[in-house]
Amino acid sequence: MSIDAALSQNHPEIVPFSAAAAEGRFTMPTCRACARAHWYPRAFCPFCFSFDVEWVEASGDGEIYSFCNPAPAPGTNVIAYVRVKEGPILLTHLLDADPASIQIGGAVRVSLQAAKDGQYFPAFKLA
Amino acid sequence: MTTSAYIAGAFEHPTRKATDLAVGRLYAECIAGALADAGLEHKDIDGFFCAGDAPGGLLTMVDYLGLKPRHLDSTDFGGSSYIALVSHAAQAIAAGKCDIALITLAGRPRTEAGPMPFGAPSAPPRPWEPPVNTRLVDLYAMCAQRHMYEFGTTSEQLAWVKVAASHHAQHNPNAMLRQLVTVEDVLQSPMVSDPLHRLDCCVVSDGGGAVIVTRPEIAKKLGRPLVRVKGAGEAMKGQNGGDVDLTYSGGVASGPIAFDQAGVRPSDIQYASIYDSFTITVLMQLEDLGFCEKGQGGRFVADGNLISGVGKLPVNTDGGGLCNNHPANRGGMTKVIEAVRQLRGEAHPAVQVKDCALALAHGTGGWLGSRHGSATLILERE
Repeated sequence: MSIDAALSQNHPEIVPFSAAAAEGRFTMPTCRACARAHWYPRAFCPFCFSFDVEWVEASGDGEIYSFCNPAPAPGTNVIAYVRVKEGPILLTHLLDADPASIQIGGAVRVSLQAAKDGQYFPAFKLA
Repeated sequence: MTTSAYIAGAFEHPTRKATDLAVGRLYAECIAGALADAGLEHKDIDGFFCAGDAPGGLLTMVDYLGLKPRHLDSTDFGGSSYIALVSHAAQAIAAGKCDIALITLAGRPRTEAGPMPFGAPSAPPRPWEPPVNTRLVDLYAMCAQRHMYEFGTTSEQLAWVKVAASHHAQHNPNAMLRQLVTVEDVLQSPMVSDPLHRLDCCVVSDGGGAVIVTRPEIAKKLGRPLVRVKGAGEAMKGQNGGDVDLTYSGGVASGPIAFDQAGVRPSDIQYASIYDSFTITVLMQLEDLGFCEKGQGGRFVADGNLISGVGKLPVNTDGGGLCNNHPANRGGMTKVIEAVRQLRGEAHPAVQVKDCALALAHGTGGWLGSRHGSATLILERE
């Protein structure tokens, strides 16, 4: 798939995520102060506003919270919200999924996708 | 405490495809229409309110229109902004910042067809949200999917929202879609983003509107029916750092603020304008405003319950965004205008609510399934 996420100039905070992703690790920003992971990533915790946030490797396992099939456009990916094991729900793509086999609660696994400018985006595939 | 501002003028542009009218011209015509409706003049306007549709922004529009306002407000949270701006105007008037407040909207997305903007490049979520193929409709379809999963809501129930809109639109000579449709018609229309069909989606239209808000002393001299701003609320809902819940909208917060200020309950409302970007938007907002319990929206909208003269709660008697128009891809302005028509007794006779004295206008601006602003307005005929 081609993901045009050429946004690193606007978003230098992508860099550590992508560096880990390039090594095959899916990381999530996690607050040292309140111990909660959040998504989408910020340099601070949106729950307690602590700036003591670190990138922690996540399991990569999740389940489908909701989804939609962009039916008439062949080749388009299913858009979904996925709840990862660590708690947060991510707006993402389901790749290579047979629409008939997608259901809420279905197990998924992260699939880190390289973007055009060397950055990465966490998509998912049915587990 | 209720406010003491009145809606003195309201105008909806009749065009639905403005091939030969620039957006600025549409603005000017909407303002002229609202001034004529109120019995006021261009020089009387001392408060100017616009939102993100204004080409070139507030500064360009004020200069272009030749206005000399002493109070300015360009609060933007998408299509519901204009509902909130009525409240902002009432507050500005109460604070003595202006006497005659003009709220504007115009646009021609049908003529200037192009993709809807999906956030600025520097918007913090940009790198983290699906960068390809995510359409606005997908963010609504996922709400519908989850609502169906949690509450057993059906496509047939969603279709009733469109059926009701078409019953109203048949009486509106300006409506884009005036043909009656059935539940079957909706279900047989092409799937756009499963579970939403083409007829679950609002139209794309050109057009615009304007509303004038003023203080009691002036409103009472104008000789128009008195429509008072009785209560208002606004709220924002987002993804909450990943603590996402697609089953409700910001209406759960904006609604109670408005009802508390107005001192009324949902069961007191005789007519409701509910932003209908998609059928699911109406269903969820009705629940969130307390017209029925959470999860019961499907049952509430079914069997013609939103059709004037048939059901318990007449909704969008102009045909709404689903059938009438959706100027500038923003439905809040027309929601206010039809509520004013109902309270004045100036709706089409076939859809006019008898002795309509209390109405609500509510909208969701932005994206129901990610980030949106909700605005609720309660209006009373005096």
